Amino acid sequence: MKYKDYYQTLGIERTATIDDIKKAYRKLAHKYHPDVSKDPKGEEKFKEIAEAYATLKNAEKRQEYDDLGKRPAGENFAPPPEWQQHYGASGSTFDDVDISDLLNAFRSGGYADGSNRRQARHPVAGDDYTVTVPVALEKIYCGGETDVSLELPEYDENGLPHRVQRTFRVTIPKGATDGQRLRLPGKGGPGFNGGEFGDLYVALKIEAHPIFRVSGRDLFFDLLLTPSEAVLGAAVEIPTLGGKLEIKIKPGTSSGQRLRLAKRGLPSPHGDAGNLYAVIQIMVPKQVTEPERKLYEQLAAISDFKAREHVTEEPK
Amino acid sequence: MMTTVFDSVWLSDFDVCSAKHLIEVSGLSSEEFDVLVEIGVIVPISDNDQTKAFQLHHVVTANTARKLRDDFELDLHGMALAMTLMRRIDELQEELNAARA
Repeated sequence: MKYKDYYQTLGIERTATIDDIKKAYRKLAHKYHPDVSKDPKGEEKFKEIAEAYATLKNAEKRQEYDDLGKRPAGENFAPPPEWQQHYGASGSTFDDVDISDLLNAFRSGGYADGSNRRQARHPVAGDDYTVTVPVALEKIYCGGETDVSLELPEYDENGLPHRVQRTFRVTIPKGATDGQRLRLPGKGGPGFNGGEFGDLYVALKIEAHPIFRVSGRDLFFDLLLTPSEAVLGAAVEIPTLGGKLEIKIKPGTSSGQRLRLAKRGLPSPHGDAGNLYAVIQIMVPKQVTEPERKLYEQLAAISDFKAREHVTEEPK
Repeated sequence: MMTTVFDSVWLSDFDVCSAKHLIEVSGLSSEEFDVLVEIGVIVPISDNDQTKAFQLHHVVTANTARKLRDDFELDLHGMALAMTLMRRIDELQEELNAARA
């Protein structure tokens, strides 16, 4: 079993009062709570913070934790013989046991709310778990399956909670969007005293795509044109999630213009779809050949096009 | 490692559920849920029905409210305020994403 230094996690001394513990937790929760933080590692950090707080704010659990002694964080250690006897697991290394699961289950136990679920007489439902799954845009477009893996606690016949790796294959529905969730009823943590299992929530996170940007069901991409294509018009091939398409660029197209391709975005479950927007960007060569330079100079000499007229004209 | 193929429930905006379901799944109290409906954080599909129906994606909204309540030890008013601000932030984030795209 790996030792976790809950005091270090909350950034407090081992002699901290309950008020110090609450204050440290609140400060860190404001910073890392997954619903309010933009830190990509916020969710993981908040889990550690919440776990530390759940133990240290409960006087009995804190005492049990303190009785383990001070060790370096991450150090492998075997729990005291008294704990091993309790679970009929004498000599076990408790390798697949998480210290927080054990503290929750052991003796006076108790959860963050101060209750002791395993000793409660009424049925207590298991914990809900949420796991964020990165999904490729192509899979969101077509629908498909993805595997979701996480570690869940599972109690053996002696009541010892082991961390077990579970993998669920779930179907990504066609038409899902970023941030939407799937609920797997009864696939969360185990309940107590006949209580039901908690639920598992799978939050879909669309992976960054090398070409397309996503806004709701609309897709955007930069369509790069040469100056001559923009001035003269052209037929150009463009990518879509459903395959390549050829579109016509009108003569006189400028940078920043958006060409809308109706219903070529992400599908909706109702049968319609978002739009695909090609955002025009006119690219110029960094170096030109001598003949090209001469042609550009001739063009500059005969052209009366003024690109900055709106900012250089005297106000009337 | 064993992989379990499992049917999941898509918490979408086109499937509906009852208030009772949202309360059961989230762990909110009836009073807390009613406040969220009152302030417009959770919106019923139709106000006229005797038994109001809600879009299933509100399971996420109700769960978020319960998590904020528990994790920040908020009272009813604190939770309602946090959820109102969260909704406003979500709307602004959507506008920002659209502008950036």
